[in-house]
Amino acid sequence: MISVKNISKEFGKLQVLKDFNLEFQLGNSYAIMGPNGSGKTTMIKTILGMVVPDGGEILVKGLPIKGSHAYRKDIGYMPQIGRYPENMKIGQLFSMMKDMRPEIKNYDLDLVEAFELDQMKDKAMSTLSGGTRQKVSAALAFLFSPAILILDEPTAGLDPIAVEILKAKIKKEREAGKLILITSHIMSDLEELTNQAVYIFEGEVYFNDTIESLKEITGESKFSPAIAKLMQWTLKKKSTNRQMSHVETT
Amino acid sequence: MLKLLKYALYDILKSRFAMIYTVFMILVAVSIYQVSDDLSKVSLSLMNIMIMIVPLISAVFATTHFYNNLEFIELMLAQPVKRSHVFLSQLLAVILMLSLSVLIGFGLPMLLWGADSSLIALLGVGVVLSAVFAGFAFLASVLTRDKAKAIGISLGLWIYFSLVYDGFVLYLIYSFADYPLEKVTLGLVMLNPVDLGRILMLMQLDISALMGYTGAFFQQFFTSSTGVLVAGGTLFIWVLWPNMLAMRVFKKRDF
Repeated sequence: MISVKNISKEFGKLQVLKDFNLEFQLGNSYAIMGPNGSGKTTMIKTILGMVVPDGGEILVKGLPIKGSHAYRKDIGYMPQIGRYPENMKIGQLFSMMKDMRPEIKNYDLDLVEAFELDQMKDKAMSTLSGGTRQKVSAALAFLFSPAILILDEPTAGLDPIAVEILKAKIKKEREAGKLILITSHIMSDLEELTNQAVYIFEGEVYFNDTIESLKEITGESKFSPAIAKLMQWTLKKKSTNRQMSHVETT
Repeated sequence: MLKLLKYALYDILKSRFAMIYTVFMILVAVSIYQVSDDLSKVSLSLMNIMIMIVPLISAVFATTHFYNNLEFIELMLAQPVKRSHVFLSQLLAVILMLSLSVLIGFGLPMLLWGADSSLIALLGVGVVLSAVFAGFAFLASVLTRDKAKAIGISLGLWIYFSLVYDGFVLYLIYSFADYPLEKVTLGLVMLNPVDLGRILMLMQLDISALMGYTGAFFQQFFTSSTGVLVAGGTLFIWVLWPNMLAMRVFKKRDF
Protein backbone atom coordinates (compact mmCIF):
# COMPACT_ATOMS: atom_id res chain seq x y z
CA MET A 1 0.00 0.00 0.00
CA ILE A 2 2.80 2.42 0.95
CA SER A 3 6.36 1.77 -0.14
CA VAL A 4 9.12 4.04 1.06
CA LYS A 5 12.16 3.48 -1.12
CA ASN A 6 15.66 4.77 -0.43
CA ILE A 7 14.38 8.02 1.03
CA SER A 8 17.00 10.40 2.33
CA LYS A 9 16.49 13.81 3.86
CA GLU A 10 18.81 16.38 5.31
CA PHE A 11 17.89 19.46 7.30
CA GLY A 12 20.95 21.59 6.86
CA LYS A 13 23.83 19.41 8.01
CA LEU A 14 21.65 17.08 10.02
CA GLN A 15 20.81 13.90 8.14
CA VAL A 16 17.34 12.99 9.42
CA LEU A 17 16.60 10.04 7.14
CA LYS A 18 19.35 7.84 5.71
CA ASP A 19 18.52 5.61 2.78
CA PHE A 20 15.21 4.77 4.34
CA ASN A 21 13.23 1.71 3.21
CA LEU A 22 9.88 0.54 4.51
CA GLU A 23 6.79 -1.31 3.30
CA PHE A 24 3.36 -0.83 4.80
CA GLN A 25 0.68 -3.36 3.90
CA LEU A 26 -3.07 -2.88 4.00
CA GLY A 27 -4.72 -4.66 6.92
CA ASN A 28 -1.76 -4.21 9.21
CA SER A 29 -1.29 -1.81 12.03
CA TYR A 30 2.25 -0.51 12.55
CA ALA A 31 3.80 0.84 15.70
CA ILE A 32 6.47 3.35 14.74
CA MET A 33 8.89 3.81 17.58
CA GLY A 34 12.14 5.53 18.21
CA PRO A 35 13.68 8.13 20.49
CA ASN A 36 12.82 11.81 20.09
CA GLY A 37 14.33 13.25 16.96
CA SER A 38 14.90 9.86 15.34
CA GLY A 39 12.95 10.82 12.21
CA LYS A 40 9.47 9.43 12.88
CA THR A 41 7.57 12.61 12.17
CA THR A 42 9.82 13.46 9.22
CA MET A 43 9.05 10.07 7.69
CA ILE A 44 5.31 10.64 8.16
CA LYS A 45 5.57 14.11 6.67
CA THR A 46 7.41 12.79 3.61
CA ILE A 47 4.61 10.28 3.06
CA LEU A 48 2.12 13.15 3.26
CA GLY A 49 4.22 15.26 0.90
CA MET A 50 4.73 18.02 3.46
CA VAL A 51 8.45 17.37 3.50
CA VAL A 52 10.11 16.86 0.13
CA PRO A 53 12.82 14.16 0.31
CA ASP A 54 16.28 14.77 -1.18
CA GLY A 55 16.34 11.38 -2.86
CA GLY A 56 14.37 8.17 -3.29
CA GLU A 57 10.69 7.72 -3.92
CA ILE A 58 7.47 6.91 -2.15
CA LEU A 59 4.69 4.88 -3.71
CA VAL A 60 1.13 4.93 -2.41
CA LYS A 61 -1.13 2.31 -3.99
CA GLY A 62 1.69 1.61 -6.45
CA LEU A 63 1.88 5.18 -7.75
CA PRO A 64 4.69 7.62 -7.01
CA ILE A 65 3.51 10.53 -4.91
CA LYS A 66 5.88 13.05 -6.44
CA GLY A 67 3.87 15.81 -8.07
CA SER A 68 0.62 14.10 -7.18
CA HIS A 69 -1.97 15.27 -4.70
CA ALA A 70 -4.94 13.00 -5.32
CA TYR A 71 -3.45 10.17 -3.25
CA ARG A 72 -3.92 12.21 -0.09
CA LYS A 73 -7.66 11.65 -0.24
CA ASP A 74 -7.00 8.08 0.96
CA ILE A 75 -5.05 9.28 3.98
CA GLY A 76 -6.39 10.48 7.29
CA TYR A 77 -3.70 12.31 9.21
CA MET A 78 -3.73 13.23 12.83
CA PRO A 79 -0.78 15.54 13.53
CA GLN A 80 1.27 15.51 16.70
CA ILE A 81 0.33 19.10 17.39
CA GLY A 82 -2.90 20.07 15.66
CA ARG A 83 -2.57 23.62 14.41
CA TYR A 84 -5.66 25.20 12.91
CA PRO A 85 -6.73 28.63 11.66
CA GLU A 86 -7.35 30.53 14.87
CA ASN A 87 -10.23 32.65 13.58
CA MET A 88 -12.23 29.62 12.51
CA LYS A 89 -14.95 27.93 14.53
CA ILE A 90 -15.05 24.16 14.95
CA GLY A 91 -18.15 23.89 12.75
CA GLN A 92 -16.55 25.97 10.00
CA LEU A 93 -13.40 23.88 10.15
CA PHE A 94 -15.37 20.69 9.65
CA SER A 95 -17.42 22.10 6.79
CA MET A 96 -14.25 23.38 5.16
CA MET A 97 -12.57 19.99 5.39
CA LYS A 98 -15.68 18.37 3.92
CA ASP A 99 -15.55 20.94 1.14
CA MET A 100 -11.97 19.86 0.36
CA ARG A 101 -13.16 16.34 -0.47
CA PRO A 102 -16.46 16.94 -2.23
CA GLU A 103 -16.55 13.45 -3.74
CA ILE A 104 -16.99 11.84 -0.31
CA LYS A 105 -20.54 12.05 0.93
CA ASN A 106 -20.58 9.50 3.75
CA TYR A 107 -18.96 10.84 6.85
CA ASP A 108 -17.75 8.78 9.75
CA LEU A 109 -19.13 10.78 12.66
CA ASP A 110 -18.33 8.24 15.41
CA LEU A 111 -15.67 10.39 17.03
CA VAL A 112 -17.50 13.67 16.48
CA GLU A 113 -20.39 12.23 18.46
CA ALA A 114 -18.28 10.46 21.07
CA PHE A 115 -16.24 13.61 21.76
CA GLU A 116 -19.40 15.75 21.67
CA LEU A 117 -17.83 18.15 19.20
CA ASP A 118 -21.23 19.05 17.78
CA GLN A 119 -22.15 20.91 20.94
CA MET A 120 -18.98 22.97 20.60
CA LYS A 121 -19.24 23.86 16.94
CA ASP A 122 -19.53 27.59 17.61
CA LYS A 123 -16.33 27.71 19.63
CA ALA A 124 -13.38 29.42 17.96
CA MET A 125 -10.28 27.28 17.50
CA SER A 126 -8.18 29.81 19.40
CA THR A 127 -10.18 29.23 22.59
CA LEU A 128 -9.76 25.44 22.62
CA SER A 129 -7.58 23.58 25.08
CA GLY A 130 -4.81 21.28 23.86
CA GLY A 131 -6.91 18.21 24.56
CA THR A 132 -9.93 19.49 22.68
CA ARG A 133 -7.70 20.30 19.71
CA GLN A 134 -6.46 16.71 19.79
CA LYS A 135 -10.09 15.57 19.74
CA VAL A 136 -10.75 17.76 16.72
CA SER A 137 -7.64 16.37 15.00
CA ALA A 138 -8.74 12.81 15.71
CA ALA A 139 -12.29 13.39 14.51
CA LEU A 140 -10.99 14.99 11.29
CA ALA A 141 -8.58 12.12 10.59
CA PHE A 142 -11.39 9.57 10.77
CA LEU A 143 -14.09 11.74 9.16
CA PHE A 144 -13.74 10.46 5.59
CA SER A 145 -13.08 6.81 6.56
CA PRO A 146 -9.82 6.76 4.59
CA ALA A 147 -8.01 3.50 3.77
CA ILE A 148 -4.82 4.75 5.42
CA LEU A 149 -4.69 6.31 8.87
CA ILE A 150 -1.54 8.06 10.04
CA LEU A 151 -1.68 8.96 13.71
CA ASP A 152 1.22 10.91 15.19
CA GLU A 153 1.08 10.47 18.97
CA PRO A 154 -2.70 10.18 18.99
CA THR A 155 -3.22 9.77 22.71
CA ALA A 156 -0.90 12.52 23.93
CA GLY A 157 -2.82 15.21 25.78
CA LEU A 158 -6.16 13.41 25.85
CA ASP A 159 -8.01 12.64 29.06
CA PRO A 160 -8.42 8.95 30.01
CA ILE A 161 -12.01 8.74 28.76
CA ALA A 162 -11.09 10.23 25.40
CA VAL A 163 -8.07 7.92 25.15
CA GLU A 164 -10.33 4.89 25.57
CA ILE A 165 -12.80 6.22 22.99
CA LEU A 166 -10.01 6.82 20.49
CA LYS A 167 -8.38 3.46 21.11
CA ALA A 168 -11.71 1.68 20.62
CA LYS A 169 -12.15 3.55 17.34
CA ILE A 170 -8.65 2.65 16.14
CA LYS A 171 -9.31 -1.01 16.96
CA LYS A 172 -12.59 -0.90 15.05
CA GLU A 173 -10.89 0.56 11.98
CA ARG A 174 -8.11 -2.00 12.25
CA GLU A 175 -10.65 -4.80 12.22
CA ALA A 176 -12.20 -3.19 9.17
CA GLY A 177 -8.89 -3.94 7.41
CA LYS A 178 -7.31 -0.50 7.20
CA LEU A 179 -3.66 0.39 7.16
CA ILE A 180 -2.80 2.20 10.36
CA LEU A 181 0.49 3.86 11.29
CA ILE A 182 0.87 4.98 14.88
CA THR A 183 3.79 6.70 16.51
CA SER A 184 3.75 6.86 20.26
CA HIS A 185 5.91 6.67 23.33
CA ILE A 186 3.22 4.89 25.30
CA MET A 187 4.12 1.22 24.91
CA SER A 188 0.91 -0.17 26.36
CA ASP A 189 -1.12 1.73 23.75
CA LEU A 190 1.04 0.44 20.95
CA GLU A 191 0.83 -3.14 22.17
CA GLU A 192 -2.94 -2.89 22.24
CA LEU A 193 -3.36 -1.26 18.86
CA THR A 194 -0.69 -2.68 16.57
CA ASN A 195 0.63 -5.98 15.28
CA GLN A 196 3.79 -4.77 13.53
CA ALA A 197 6.72 -2.97 15.08
CA VAL A 198 9.03 -0.54 13.30
CA TYR A 199 11.96 0.84 15.27
CA ILE A 200 13.73 3.89 13.90
CA PHE A 201 17.02 5.12 15.28
CA GLU A 202 18.92 8.12 13.95
CA GLY A 203 17.18 8.01 10.62
CA GLU A 204 17.63 4.30 9.99
CA VAL A 205 15.26 1.37 10.34
CA TYR A 206 16.64 -0.94 13.04
CA PHE A 207 13.73 -3.29 13.30
CA ASN A 208 10.76 -4.02 11.10
CA ASP A 209 8.76 -7.16 11.77
CA THR A 210 5.81 -8.47 13.73
CA ILE A 211 5.57 -7.83 17.43
CA GLU A 212 5.70 -11.61 18.00
CA SER A 213 9.10 -11.90 16.38
CA LEU A 214 10.31 -8.85 18.30
CA LYS A 215 9.51 -10.67 21.53
CA GLU A 216 11.18 -13.79 20.23
CA ILE A 217 14.39 -12.05 19.20
CA THR A 218 14.76 -10.14 22.43
CA GLY A 219 13.72 -13.14 24.53
CA GLU A 220 11.17 -11.08 26.42
CA SER A 221 7.57 -12.14 26.83
CA LYS A 222 6.24 -8.59 27.23
CA PHE A 223 6.24 -5.79 24.71
CA SER A 224 7.62 -3.03 26.85
CA PRO A 225 10.80 -4.82 28.05
CA ALA A 226 11.33 -6.10 24.53
CA ILE A 227 11.40 -2.56 23.20
CA ALA A 228 13.62 -1.46 26.07
CA LYS A 229 16.06 -4.21 25.13
CA LEU A 230 15.98 -3.14 21.50
CA MET A 231 16.73 0.42 22.54
CA GLN A 232 19.67 -0.73 24.63
CA TRP A 233 21.04 -2.70 21.70
CA THR A 234 20.87 0.27 19.38
CA LEU A 235 22.59 2.47 21.96
CA LYS A 236 25.29 -0.15 22.49
CA LYS A 237 25.81 -0.43 18.76
CA LYS A 238 26.19 3.30 18.54
CA SER A 239 28.78 3.44 21.32
CA THR A 240 30.79 0.56 19.83
CA ASN A 241 30.76 2.36 16.50
CA ARG A 242 32.14 5.38 18.24
CA GLN A 243 34.87 3.41 19.90
CA MET A 244 35.83 1.83 16.60
CA SER A 245 36.11 5.15 14.87
CA HIS A 246 38.08 6.45 17.80
CA VAL A 247 40.54 3.56 17.45
CA GLU A 248 40.89 4.20 13.75
CA THR A 249 41.70 7.85 14.12
CA THR A 250 44.37 7.39 16.77
CA MET B 1 -8.50 26.49 -6.10
CA LEU B 2 -11.56 28.74 -5.85
CA LYS B 3 -12.61 26.93 -2.70
CA LEU B 4 -9.22 27.52 -1.13
CA LEU B 5 -9.35 31.16 -2.16
CA LYS B 6 -12.81 31.46 -0.67
CA TYR B 7 -11.64 30.27 2.74
CA ALA B 8 -8.43 32.30 2.60
CA LEU B 9 -10.38 35.44 1.71
CA TYR B 10 -12.99 34.75 4.34
CA ASP B 11 -10.26 34.54 6.95
CA ILE B 12 -8.42 37.64 5.81
CA LEU B 13 -11.44 39.90 5.37
CA LYS B 14 -12.60 39.01 8.85
CA SER B 15 -9.32 40.13 10.36
CA ARG B 16 -9.28 43.50 12.06
CA PHE B 17 -6.33 44.61 9.98
CA ALA B 18 -8.28 44.85 6.71
CA MET B 19 -10.76 47.21 8.37
CA ILE B 20 -8.12 49.39 10.02
CA TYR B 21 -6.10 49.71 6.82
CA THR B 22 -9.15 50.71 4.76
CA VAL B 23 -10.32 53.24 7.34
CA PHE B 24 -6.81 54.68 7.50
CA MET B 25 -6.72 55.09 3.71
CA ILE B 26 -10.14 56.77 3.76
CA LEU B 27 -9.00 59.18 6.47
CA VAL B 28 -5.86 60.09 4.53
CA ALA B 29 -7.80 60.70 1.32
CA VAL B 30 -10.59 62.67 3.02
CA SER B 31 -8.18 64.92 4.88
CA ILE B 32 -6.22 65.69 1.72
CA TYR B 33 -9.41 66.41 -0.23
CA GLN B 34 -10.43 68.80 2.55
CA VAL B 35 -7.16 70.72 2.36
CA SER B 36 -7.22 71.49 -1.35
CA ASP B 37 -9.78 71.91 -4.12
CA ASP B 38 -7.25 71.55 -6.90
CA LEU B 39 -7.45 67.96 -8.13
CA SER B 40 -3.87 67.84 -9.38
CA LYS B 41 -2.60 68.98 -5.98
CA VAL B 42 -4.78 66.37 -4.33
CA SER B 43 -3.43 63.62 -6.53
CA LEU B 44 0.16 64.74 -6.01
CA SER B 45 -0.25 64.68 -2.22
CA LEU B 46 -2.07 61.35 -2.31
CA MET B 47 0.65 59.94 -4.55
CA ASN B 48 3.43 60.99 -2.20
CA ILE B 49 1.69 59.32 0.71
CA MET B 50 0.65 56.25 -1.20
CA ILE B 51 4.05 55.58 -2.72
CA MET B 52 5.51 55.30 0.79
CA ILE B 53 2.63 53.71 2.68
CA VAL B 54 1.30 51.07 0.29
CA PRO B 55 4.57 49.18 -0.25
CA LEU B 56 5.37 49.34 3.47
CA ILE B 57 2.00 48.03 4.60
CA SER B 58 1.94 45.40 1.85
CA ALA B 59 5.38 44.10 2.75
CA VAL B 60 4.76 43.91 6.49
CA PHE B 61 1.21 42.63 6.29
CA ALA B 62 1.92 39.93 3.71
CA THR B 63 4.85 38.59 5.74
CA THR B 64 2.94 38.46 9.01
CA HIS B 65 -0.03 36.97 7.21
CA PHE B 66 2.06 34.16 5.76
CA TYR B 67 3.51 33.25 9.13
CA ASN B 68 0.20 33.60 10.95
CA ASN B 69 -1.40 31.30 8.40
CA LEU B 70 1.29 28.66 8.51
CA GLU B 71 -1.16 26.43 10.40
CA PHE B 72 -3.76 26.80 7.69
CA ILE B 73 -1.15 26.12 5.02
CA GLU B 74 0.10 23.01 6.81
CA LEU B 75 -3.44 21.77 7.28
CA MET B 76 -4.17 22.22 3.59
CA LEU B 77 -0.96 20.50 2.50
CA ALA B 78 -2.16 17.27 4.12
CA GLN B 79 -5.36 17.46 2.06
CA PRO B 80 -5.84 16.32 -1.54
CA VAL B 81 -5.11 19.73 -3.03
CA LYS B 82 -2.24 20.99 -5.17
CA ARG B 83 0.60 22.79 -3.49
CA SER B 84 0.56 25.55 -6.06
CA HIS B 85 -3.14 26.11 -5.37
CA VAL B 86 -2.52 26.42 -1.64
CA PHE B 87 0.14 29.04 -2.34
CA LEU B 88 -1.82 30.97 -4.95
CA SER B 89 -4.94 31.09 -2.79
CA GLN B 90 -3.00 32.68 0.05
CA LEU B 91 -1.19 35.10 -2.24
CA LEU B 92 -4.28 36.15 -4.15
CA ALA B 93 -6.23 36.63 -0.93
CA VAL B 94 -3.54 38.99 0.38
CA ILE B 95 -3.28 40.91 -2.91
CA LEU B 96 -7.06 41.18 -3.19
CA MET B 97 -7.40 42.47 0.35
CA LEU B 98 -4.62 45.04 -0.05
CA SER B 99 -5.97 46.19 -3.41
CA LEU B 100 -9.51 46.43 -2.10
CA SER B 101 -8.34 48.60 0.78
CA VAL B 102 -6.61 50.98 -1.64
CA LEU B 103 -9.53 51.00 -4.06
CA ILE B 104 -12.12 51.59 -1.35
CA GLY B 105 -9.97 53.86 0.77
CA PHE B 106 -8.98 56.20 -2.03
CA GLY B 107 -11.84 55.39 -4.39
CA LEU B 108 -14.73 56.35 -2.13
CA PRO B 109 -13.56 59.94 -1.56
CA MET B 110 -12.91 60.16 -5.32
CA LEU B 111 -16.47 59.15 -6.05
CA LEU B 112 -17.67 61.85 -3.67
CA TRP B 113 -15.44 64.74 -4.71
CA GLY B 114 -14.47 63.89 -8.25
CA ALA B 115 -11.36 62.51 -9.88
CA ASP B 116 -9.24 63.01 -12.96
CA SER B 117 -7.04 60.68 -14.99
CA SER B 118 -4.14 61.06 -12.57
CA LEU B 119 -6.28 59.84 -9.68
CA ILE B 120 -7.42 56.84 -11.69
CA ALA B 121 -3.76 56.11 -12.48
CA LEU B 122 -3.07 56.45 -8.75
CA LEU B 123 -5.50 53.62 -7.99
CA GLY B 124 -3.88 51.44 -10.66
CA VAL B 125 -0.38 52.10 -9.33
CA GLY B 126 -1.62 51.37 -5.79
CA VAL B 127 -2.91 47.95 -6.84
CA VAL B 128 0.29 47.12 -8.74
CA LEU B 129 2.55 48.16 -5.86
CA SER B 130 0.47 46.09 -3.44
CA ALA B 131 0.96 43.06 -5.67
CA VAL B 132 4.70 43.66 -6.13
CA PHE B 133 5.43 44.04 -2.43
CA ALA B 134 3.14 41.19 -1.43
CA GLY B 135 5.25 39.12 -3.82
CA PHE B 136 8.49 40.29 -2.20
CA ALA B 137 7.05 39.53 1.23
CA PHE B 138 5.97 36.01 0.24
CA LEU B 139 9.36 35.40 -1.30
CA ALA B 140 11.05 36.49 1.93
CA SER B 141 8.65 34.30 3.91
CA VAL B 142 9.19 31.10 1.94
CA LEU B 143 12.95 31.55 1.96
CA THR B 144 13.19 31.86 5.75
CA ARG B 145 11.90 29.84 8.68
CA ASP B 146 11.70 32.78 11.04
CA LYS B 147 9.06 35.50 11.05
CA ALA B 148 11.41 38.22 12.31
CA LYS B 149 13.97 37.46 9.62
CA ALA B 150 11.28 37.51 6.91
CA ILE B 151 9.93 40.85 8.11
CA GLY B 152 13.48 42.17 8.16
CA ILE B 153 14.04 41.18 4.54
CA SER B 154 10.70 42.66 3.47
CA LEU B 155 11.45 45.93 5.23
CA GLY B 156 14.93 45.95 3.74
CA LEU B 157 13.46 45.65 0.25
CA TRP B 158 11.02 48.44 1.01
CA ILE B 159 13.79 50.75 2.23
CA TYR B 160 15.90 49.85 -0.80
CA PHE B 161 13.22 50.56 -3.40
CA SER B 162 11.68 53.59 -1.65
CA LEU B 163 14.75 55.39 -0.34
CA VAL B 164 18.16 53.93 -1.12
CA TYR B 165 17.57 53.43 -4.82
CA ASP B 166 16.50 57.05 -5.33
CA GLY B 167 19.59 58.26 -3.54
CA PHE B 168 21.70 56.13 -5.80
CA VAL B 169 19.99 57.47 -8.92
CA LEU B 170 20.35 61.08 -7.75
CA TYR B 171 24.03 60.52 -7.01
CA LEU B 172 24.51 59.08 -10.48
CA ILE B 173 22.71 61.99 -12.14
CA TYR B 174 24.74 64.59 -10.27
CA SER B 175 28.02 62.80 -10.92
CA PHE B 176 27.39 62.56 -14.64
CA ALA B 177 25.50 65.82 -15.06
CA ASP B 178 27.61 66.73 -18.10
CA TYR B 179 26.42 63.74 -20.10
CA PRO B 180 23.04 63.09 -21.67
CA LEU B 181 21.39 60.80 -19.15
CA GLU B 182 17.76 60.54 -20.30
CA LYS B 183 18.03 56.98 -21.56
CA VAL B 184 20.10 55.86 -18.59
CA THR B 185 17.61 57.31 -16.12
CA LEU B 186 14.77 55.76 -18.09
CA GLY B 187 16.50 52.40 -17.78
CA LEU B 188 17.11 52.97 -14.06
CA VAL B 189 13.46 53.86 -13.53
CA MET B 190 12.46 50.56 -15.11
CA LEU B 191 14.54 48.74 -12.50
CA ASN B 192 12.47 50.08 -9.63
CA PRO B 193 8.71 49.46 -9.51
CA VAL B 194 8.16 52.29 -7.02
CA ASP B 195 9.86 54.85 -9.26
CA LEU B 196 8.11 53.49 -12.31
CA GLY B 197 4.76 53.92 -10.58
CA ARG B 198 5.67 57.41 -9.48
CA ILE B 199 6.75 58.49 -12.97
CA LEU B 200 3.65 57.00 -14.57
CA MET B 201 1.57 59.05 -12.15
CA LEU B 202 3.54 62.25 -12.64
CA MET B 203 3.12 61.98 -16.40
CA GLN B 204 -0.62 62.33 -15.86
CA LEU B 205 0.01 65.72 -14.25
CA ASP B 206 1.25 68.83 -16.00
CA ILE B 207 4.32 69.18 -13.85
CA SER B 208 6.78 67.36 -16.08
CA ALA B 209 7.83 70.76 -17.41
CA LEU B 210 9.39 71.35 -14.02
CA MET B 211 11.74 68.43 -14.56
CA GLY B 212 13.69 70.05 -17.38
CA TYR B 213 14.91 68.20 -20.44
CA THR B 214 14.68 64.76 -18.83
CA GLY B 215 11.09 65.56 -17.90
CA ALA B 216 10.29 66.45 -21.49
CA PHE B 217 11.92 63.24 -22.67
CA PHE B 218 9.95 61.21 -20.12
CA GLN B 219 6.75 63.02 -21.09
CA GLN B 220 7.35 62.11 -24.71
CA PHE B 221 8.22 58.51 -23.91
CA PHE B 222 5.46 57.72 -21.41
CA THR B 223 2.69 59.32 -23.46
CA SER B 224 3.64 57.41 -26.62
CA SER B 225 1.92 54.07 -27.09
CA THR B 226 5.20 52.13 -27.09
CA GLY B 227 6.18 53.90 -23.89
CA VAL B 228 2.95 52.98 -22.15
CA LEU B 229 3.30 49.42 -23.41
CA VAL B 230 6.90 49.14 -22.19
CA ALA B 231 6.08 50.69 -18.81
CA GLY B 232 2.99 48.50 -18.38
CA GLY B 233 4.93 45.41 -19.44
CA THR B 234 7.75 46.22 -17.03
CA LEU B 235 5.33 46.68 -14.14
CA PHE B 236 3.71 43.38 -15.10
CA ILE B 237 7.11 41.69 -14.93
CA TRP B 238 7.67 43.29 -11.53
CA VAL B 239 4.40 41.80 -10.33
CA LEU B 240 5.15 38.43 -11.85
CA TRP B 241 8.72 37.53 -10.99
CA PRO B 242 8.74 37.75 -7.17
CA ASN B 243 5.42 35.96 -6.99
CA MET B 244 6.40 33.19 -9.39
CA LEU B 245 9.78 32.73 -7.74
CA ALA B 246 8.08 32.52 -4.34
CA MET B 247 5.75 29.84 -5.71
CA ARG B 248 8.68 27.79 -7.04
CA VAL B 249 10.37 27.91 -3.65
CA PHE B 250 7.09 27.13 -1.88
CA LYS B 251 6.61 23.99 -3.97
CA LYS B 252 9.87 22.56 -2.63
CA ARG B 253 9.66 23.92 0.90
CA ASP B 254 9.45 21.58 3.90
CA PHE B 255 6.68 22.08 6.45
